[in-house]
Amino acid sequence: MPATLPNDPAVTLDLALDHGLTEEEYGWVVEKLGRTPTFVELGIYSVMWSEHCSYKNSIALLKTLPRDGEALLVGAGEENAGLVDIGDGLAVAFKIESHNHPSAVEPYQGAATGVGGIQRDIFTMGARPIASLNSLRFGSLENPRVRYLLDGVVRGIGDYGNSFGVPTVAGEVYFDPSYEGNPLVNAMSVGIVKVGETASAIAEGVGNPVYIVGSATGRDGIHGATFASEEISEESEAKRPSVQVGDPFTEKLLLEATLEAIRSGAVVGIQDMGAAGLTCSSCEMSEKGGCGMVIHADRVPVREEGMTPYEILLSESQERMLVVVEIGREHEIEAIFDKWDLHAEPIGEVTGDGRVRILWHGEEVADVPAEHLVLGGGAPVYYRETQRPAYLDAVQAFDDSTIPDVEDAGTVLLELLGSPNIASKRWIFEQYDTHVRTNTIAGPGATDAALIRVKDTDRGLAVKTDCNGRYVYLNPRKGGQIAVAEAARNVVCAGGKPLAITNCLNFGNPYKPEVYWVFTEAVGGMGDACRAFNTPVTGGNVSFYNESPAEDGSTRAVFPTPTIGMLGLVDNVEAHTTTADFKAEGDAILLLTPAAWVHTGGIEGSEYLAHVQGQTTGDAPHLNLAEEQAVHTAALALIRAGLVQSAHDVADGGLAVCLAESALHGDVGAEVSLHAPEGMRRDALLFGEAQSRIVLTVEDDEAERAVALAAEQGAQATRIGTVGGDALRIAADGAMVLNEAVEALAKPYRTAIPEAMGEAVRGLAAVA
Amino acid sequence: MARFAILVFPGSNCDHDAYHAAKHVFGQDAHFVWHKEEALGEADVVIVPGGFSYGDYLRSGAIARFSPIMKDVIRFANDGGLVLGVCNGFQVLCEAGLLPGALMRNASLRFACKDVHLRVENAETPFTNEAEVGQVLRISIAHGDGNYIADEATLDELERTNRVVFRYCEPDGTITPEANPNGSARNIAGIVNAEGNVLGMMPHPERCVEAILGHGSADGAIVFRSLLQHVGETVAA
Repeated sequence: MPATLPNDPAVTLDLALDHGLTEEEYGWVVEKLGRTPTFVELGIYSVMWSEHCSYKNSIALLKTLPRDGEALLVGAGEENAGLVDIGDGLAVAFKIESHNHPSAVEPYQGAATGVGGIQRDIFTMGARPIASLNSLRFGSLENPRVRYLLDGVVRGIGDYGNSFGVPTVAGEVYFDPSYEGNPLVNAMSVGIVKVGETASAIAEGVGNPVYIVGSATGRDGIHGATFASEEISEESEAKRPSVQVGDPFTEKLLLEATLEAIRSGAVVGIQDMGAAGLTCSSCEMSEKGGCGMVIHADRVPVREEGMTPYEILLSESQERMLVVVEIGREHEIEAIFDKWDLHAEPIGEVTGDGRVRILWHGEEVADVPAEHLVLGGGAPVYYRETQRPAYLDAVQAFDDSTIPDVEDAGTVLLELLGSPNIASKRWIFEQYDTHVRTNTIAGPGATDAALIRVKDTDRGLAVKTDCNGRYVYLNPRKGGQIAVAEAARNVVCAGGKPLAITNCLNFGNPYKPEVYWVFTEAVGGMGDACRAFNTPVTGGNVSFYNESPAEDGSTRAVFPTPTIGMLGLVDNVEAHTTTADFKAEGDAILLLTPAAWVHTGGIEGSEYLAHVQGQTTGDAPHLNLAEEQAVHTAALALIRAGLVQSAHDVADGGLAVCLAESALHGDVGAEVSLHAPEGMRRDALLFGEAQSRIVLTVEDDEAERAVALAAEQGAQATRIGTVGGDALRIAADGAMVLNEAVEALAKPYRTAIPEAMGEAVRGLAAVA
Repeated sequence: MARFAILVFPGSNCDHDAYHAAKHVFGQDAHFVWHKEEALGEADVVIVPGGFSYGDYLRSGAIARFSPIMKDVIRFANDGGLVLGVCNGFQVLCEAGLLPGALMRNASLRFACKDVHLRVENAETPFTNEAEVGQVLRISIAHGDGNYIADEATLDELERTNRVVFRYCEPDGTITPEANPNGSARNIAGIVNAEGNVLGMMPHPERCVEAILGHGSADGAIVFRSLLQHVGETVAA
């Protein structure tokens, strides 16, 4: 039986509860071990069985998502990230992950280490990261603390990613009071690797040495995984020490050294140390290889004196990896890490007994079966109680006759363009290096998805994150479907064929039955859409306990936000690159929709209703997955036929905002004429957010051919206008309803966010 | 074929981009030189690339100047060899004393990544002989410490001896405070040493050599074409 160290506290049920285990779970630990755990073992169980590491409340549902596809080289959850074959002997590793709770209390380091963590998931597989994305949610910018959070998160993402040398190419940012006390920071990374040159997170070969490489281990981030598995509260400020501190310079060295080490062939298996640090990596690698590991915790390089094995095992110090090296080739690995001035210390070896044993100066302080601890093994799996939330009846009973129809559409359009959810995010993305590595064909701004070329091939990747949390709040199933549909539509607009997704599921406390019902429905909706588009789920991350503290001391879940990271493939990046900006005067403007489509839907769930009318209510907008799929097929066919000059999907703010954005990005006006069906509201026509619509432009003399090709593909393209002039002019059934100079549109669009952040904007006329 | 030696410090991250431009876009010979090396090897042009050498900890470029390879870079420059420092490379060259002045935090106190316009002020350097004075180039910047500063006498001397090579300008070439993205003294974006064989610039020409990237600008190619012209290479493309 492992020893208790002199200063270890006595392990009791109370101590276990303090560690975040439930009474029942503590009972299982004692039962499985056949004895009371030591303090170190209690630490190990508590982090491994935390929500963050074990997915105990989500894994059963995640398994209902489609996770197979011919292009997938590893299945969801099998490795640190999904791996998709893109042809030419290359594969893409990609994944998205949350760093919400750390960012809520320490925005700069929280966001920075979120970026760092996801990069390690990619390069631990042997892939070189080539693009970063991020998906952010904040409360209202009128709140000074929210401005502090936005500033810190953006600086954190920028400073880490810029120094690390991977371009930040796309993402989205939404603001809503529901995120007030609990911002969401989801970071995604995309990497490239030659098929057959990947590394695996596995421990194999009894007697092979186990190395810890990278940074020395400090006391930062202890119990970070547990902190991520509870609600934010007034006490959270005291958990700032649970937030890790990032060092992008060391991460850059670790990247180069790791890729060199993997190329050497002397690496048997490798896993990064993220949540639960050395504990998680040693347990998961052992379990995956069906073997065990002995770790001498006293041999781990540390940053400060007096660290205990408990602290060393639970530290979440960044920029570290655990590497199993082929015995006899240690010197090769040591030489590589020495070249990059990084630690590479042998701290143990692979054993055959399936147990992770921790020694401290020769004395055993923990002895646990790896299989007990991991997801898919002995970690708990729960099916939580669900209950349909009562608010849904209220919002879905929304009656638009209570809202007077729009009279001055121009003023409303200006107001919408000044909504931080729609306004230009230039203030944010100019703080990110979007070009380094010289692959960025279209970065943030005038494109629906980022386009990255793959050097030495004709191919490109179209990547985007998306999720409208308001839709998911109003109708969880349809909202989950729309999140996937919009991400796919954005990739299509950039000329990419959607291949696969990664997801980051940000929800409230899963022990609240209403939250769990919403979670269940939203995951169901995502699954529906992924099956319809044949875009399997390659992995991702679940973040529960996203609840904003309310004034009465209770908490309220943030908008349910299943962020989708979509990967698309562009066959011929030179020919098929497509952006959202209007290109030339005289080009025809087409509205691509499902077949037999007429302007439909209302204002429910729209940014217009929320921002202009101040009401978050109604159903989520119209979506039919088969119709959506037909629109994607047609749009891609038109792009591949070389017809499309610009493509932009109709999303937040509806058709009028979509047209305004393409005009702003192209710095040219447009003349548009719409025909609404009898009785349709004008605000719904202009600002309604019915899905499955894309505004395309084609050269004037190609318009007929484009309309015919869209029909052949089972969709419908309707000519609605012409690019030209210096104003956006929209007529409805013959009457001019909107006439605003492009310059006038630019003001709210370009100034809303910098002005909210207290900074002036220069040169409104400059490039969008 | 011209030989480009591209330095690699720990934390360099535009080294691959410079290599790609020299080797694959312009078809020249290019090799990396690890900072712990003591000799550059055969080279016509040394590129000190962008990035965050040593994390930019302490001060941008301040630690890199002590890397073993810098001795040979200084020897190479003093012998008249061509040295191009971009972004962090410009900072390293200033710290190493090959160029005057220093680069401070951007006036906005924020990192800035965007396309800027540069006016060519001197078209007789080995780096700009393919350009014309007054020509406006559109090239990307990506830096947090690009605010060029030197004492007034040095700035006057730079101007008097025509060593300011690029200035931040409006699209039409006029020099305005608004066109200055980082607060640099006298809108200075790039300078050469007294002999004209060492150029430091904050904007990234190596990122703007292919029309498919960025917003369609390949204006950075002019720097590479000038270098090739200078060393007597036929310029392809």
